[in-house]
Amino acid sequence: MKRLPTGGTIDRTTRWSFSWNGQPLTAHPGDTLASALLANGIAIVGSSVSLQRPRGVMSAGAEEAHAFAQLGEGGETEPLVRATSVEIFDGLVARGLTTKGVLQHGIDQARPDRRSGHCDVLVIGGGPAGLAAATVAAAAGARVILAEHRAELGGALLGDDDQIDGRNAGRWIATTEAALAANPEVRILTRTTAVVALDQNGMILVERRQSPRLWQVRARQIILATGALERPVVFQDNDRPGIMLAGAVRRYLHQFALAPERTVVFTTNDDAYRTAIDLVEAGQTVAAVIDPRPNPDGALPERARAAGIDVIAGSVVVGTEADATGVLVAVMVAPSGGGEPYRIECDVLAVSGGFDPVLDLHHQRRGKVHWDEPLAAFAPSEPVGGYQVAGAAAGRLALADCLSTGQSAGHAAAVAAGFSPAAAEVPSAATIRIHAPAPLWQVPAPDQDESRSFVDLHRDVTVAGVNRALTAGIRSVEHLKRYTLIGTGVEQGRTSKVNAGVLAARFQDGPMGTSSARPPVEPIAFATLAGRARGNRFDPIRTTSIHPAHVAEGAVFENVGQWKRPRYYPRPGESMADAVNRECRAARQGVAMMDASTLGKIDVQGPDAAEFLERLYVNRIANLKPGRARYSAMCRLDGILFDDGVVMRLAPDRFFVTTSTSHAGPVMEWMEEWLQTEWSDLKVWLTSITEQWATIALVGPEARAVLAEAETDLDLSAGAFPFMAVRFGAVAGLQAQVARVSFSGELAFEVSVPGYQGAALWNALMTAGAGRGITPYGLEALSILRAEKGYLIVGQDTDASTTPADAGLGWMIAKDKDFIGKRSLRRKAIAAPGRLQLVGVLPADPSTVVPEGAQLVADPGQPTPMTILGHVTSSFWSPTLGRSFGLAMVKGGLERQGQTLFAPLGAHPVPVTIVGPVFYDPEGARRDG
Amino acid sequence: MLQIRCPWCGPREENEFHYGGEAHVASPGPDADDPTWARFLFYRDNPAGPFAERWVHIAGCRRWFHLVRDTMTSDIRGSYLTTEKPEDAR
Repeated sequence: MKRLPTGGTIDRTTRWSFSWNGQPLTAHPGDTLASALLANGIAIVGSSVSLQRPRGVMSAGAEEAHAFAQLGEGGETEPLVRATSVEIFDGLVARGLTTKGVLQHGIDQARPDRRSGHCDVLVIGGGPAGLAAATVAAAAGARVILAEHRAELGGALLGDDDQIDGRNAGRWIATTEAALAANPEVRILTRTTAVVALDQNGMILVERRQSPRLWQVRARQIILATGALERPVVFQDNDRPGIMLAGAVRRYLHQFALAPERTVVFTTNDDAYRTAIDLVEAGQTVAAVIDPRPNPDGALPERARAAGIDVIAGSVVVGTEADATGVLVAVMVAPSGGGEPYRIECDVLAVSGGFDPVLDLHHQRRGKVHWDEPLAAFAPSEPVGGYQVAGAAAGRLALADCLSTGQSAGHAAAVAAGFSPAAAEVPSAATIRIHAPAPLWQVPAPDQDESRSFVDLHRDVTVAGVNRALTAGIRSVEHLKRYTLIGTGVEQGRTSKVNAGVLAARFQDGPMGTSSARPPVEPIAFATLAGRARGNRFDPIRTTSIHPAHVAEGAVFENVGQWKRPRYYPRPGESMADAVNRECRAARQGVAMMDASTLGKIDVQGPDAAEFLERLYVNRIANLKPGRARYSAMCRLDGILFDDGVVMRLAPDRFFVTTSTSHAGPVMEWMEEWLQTEWSDLKVWLTSITEQWATIALVGPEARAVLAEAETDLDLSAGAFPFMAVRFGAVAGLQAQVARVSFSGELAFEVSVPGYQGAALWNALMTAGAGRGITPYGLEALSILRAEKGYLIVGQDTDASTTPADAGLGWMIAKDKDFIGKRSLRRKAIAAPGRLQLVGVLPADPSTVVPEGAQLVADPGQPTPMTILGHVTSSFWSPTLGRSFGLAMVKGGLERQGQTLFAPLGAHPVPVTIVGPVFYDPEGARRDG
Repeated sequence: MLQIRCPWCGPREENEFHYGGEAHVASPGPDADDPTWARFLFYRDNPAGPFAERWVHIAGCRRWFHLVRDTMTSDIRGSYLTTEKPEDAR
């Protein structure tokens, strides 16, 4: 191709430079990468994905299946971009893709954003139908969004020289666009592709800007005016650089002032004659128009003949010839019925096999299609509610039909959205006599070698490949697609799906099928989907008010849900085991403290608060006296343990309920659900107060002394402030709630202060305990301390089949009341023997720590699959016990005390003894002290 | 994404809500036999067409309500309070 000295819509006054495969080239504003390459005489863009055949530009739009480029260089690079969709800019760096692209390494620095849009009428497609529809709807007062995937409005008109209302179509586009743009209720989005059609008339669109924008639009009415795409014809060597769609050749001529040296047109329909006529009228050479129809007598073929173009009717292109580099130099033509092929020289072959309505979005909404015989393509059947299909997308290819169906769709949409559009005249366009298209999809290879007759140009799938699939027994087009990969490329089979369906239909009776289209219509970069929701904005990090103190103490953190919690506090030179053992010893022998602020906390108030909690928890609540606390558990409706925590009664009508850290949200939701749906008669108010209170657990034999040292007006004596009591008073000058609860089995005080005072309390307790070596401890030490006491963690030691009794909490269940899950605990399977029950395990070798999750079996020598009796849920080395130990869920575990089971870990099964789950201070004397 | 009408807050995006399954599943009471109780716990209807569902506006007013949704098209006939019947959907 060459650039003509005049014409086109490019800005010739400005010259931009860009780099192609390292070679400096120039282009004009208005060029695409594809048109710039053609203008620079570059016919070969890259090579095909699996056969590595040379490939050039074959289209002028999103259907491009050949010309793929990699944009950018270094860290910022974008693979597999269609050259036809890239608007050129000064300094663009691009390479032609040979086979596959290369993904960018590292994090995409683009900052895409996201917007929501709401409108009465959303029009997809800015061609004649879409413009006519938007105009009517906007004039009626509807709020309209018009989305067009190209940089400018006009659609197919841009590549043609049509007349509308007796004027050049370009003038009509400009006037129409100006009127729409002047309407404040109209938003025109160019460079915007509708990629996902959602139920309830939702639509996701991607706007290509320097930083892409994802639009989520909800519309009362949607009009799909997505146009139609030209389809190629399959013949031998139909993939050579120089073979293009006929409409694309015309678009390159009109929009980009590009013309071949010598063109041959091969068409099954009248439309491609316009390519020949326009080229001749522009002073270019058209060697011939090859048409399989014996006597094409439509208005356009007649005009072509009158213009002196050699129309070779009743003939087909049977093959092509290339030069040494693979670029087209000639086509071989033969009569349709057979005969000796002859050679016609050309550098461009413009092909048209008919037009396929673009119906991806219609498919996505589960809209049906049917084979339209006169159109020789799939057309939309009944649309799904709330949207319409107009123009070429509805199979109405003629310009006059596009304008009239677009306008009536816009009218109907405005009415459906509640507006009263005035009657308006349909913009007029000439109607011409059309000769029916020939039903031709594939020209058999003269030598019967179909391995170079391409059906899917992008995926390198040939007729031979399709035949192989069909002879293997594949019949459904959906199976054919997956077996051959037809239609799975970037361009989603826009130019290959129908031809593949026709080839498949030869092997079966009944109607032609086509594979359905799923979202998205075009690939969307993950970065675009993510938008600003990255890192902290996607998954926020929660820290307690004491967090800076943990950082200062050198804590190693662990993620617990979104919380950052200290795992352990290593001192210089300490290993994790050193640190954890030191922390455990401090808690057991001296004094230690931990930040327990992440525990879920719920304030339950109201005259029916006690009754409400009575129904939720498996244990009694109503008889709890103000100032007292009780370890409590709740079940789901199916009797499975849901969460445990401490219920404190602060007043007759007020409770302070704690949940495990991970269940803070779910327990709150659970309480709200029952209160609102089943027990709406109860007068109870719930407030989540997790972040309103900072809580520190002060633990160890010297905890009482340290609390006294920190100055408190509370009587800390065991008589006045016993285990499971809760008191209010001053601690270190702060108003505090102090509870004697213990998750370690030691004497412990949980001190809660208003959230913002957490750090002040932490520092005060650290200072007060300094003389006694107070030691902050993290989750590792906590896990060991609680496991030594057999205190379970719901979700770690239990799973979705564990009842309270399985977990050793059967003693807790109240017999004299109903509660959620109670009826389920009477089900046969729940009461059956052999259920997994919580037990302790002691490895025979006290230095072996069995991995958590290890299975337990009776005989490690049995053949696989072994009979599994249970699994280890928690496992540690205990500095207090001076040995390893663990918790496990074992079938009939309570009856297996003293038995030896084995963890079958490879060649050396680990024997473990089943024991009770409490390893330390079973009488609870330390806790109660 | 669906747009759902919260009876308290009006139409909002689906991601503000949590789904709560089939609505109007009545408990057979604590005296039900095992098969009846199991059916209540584990069996839910799954019609192709209108379906009464429970939803909660979890990232909004946190109120539970019901709505009737067509499972084939996701069209929502309307929402109604937990104290109302599907016919009251609006």
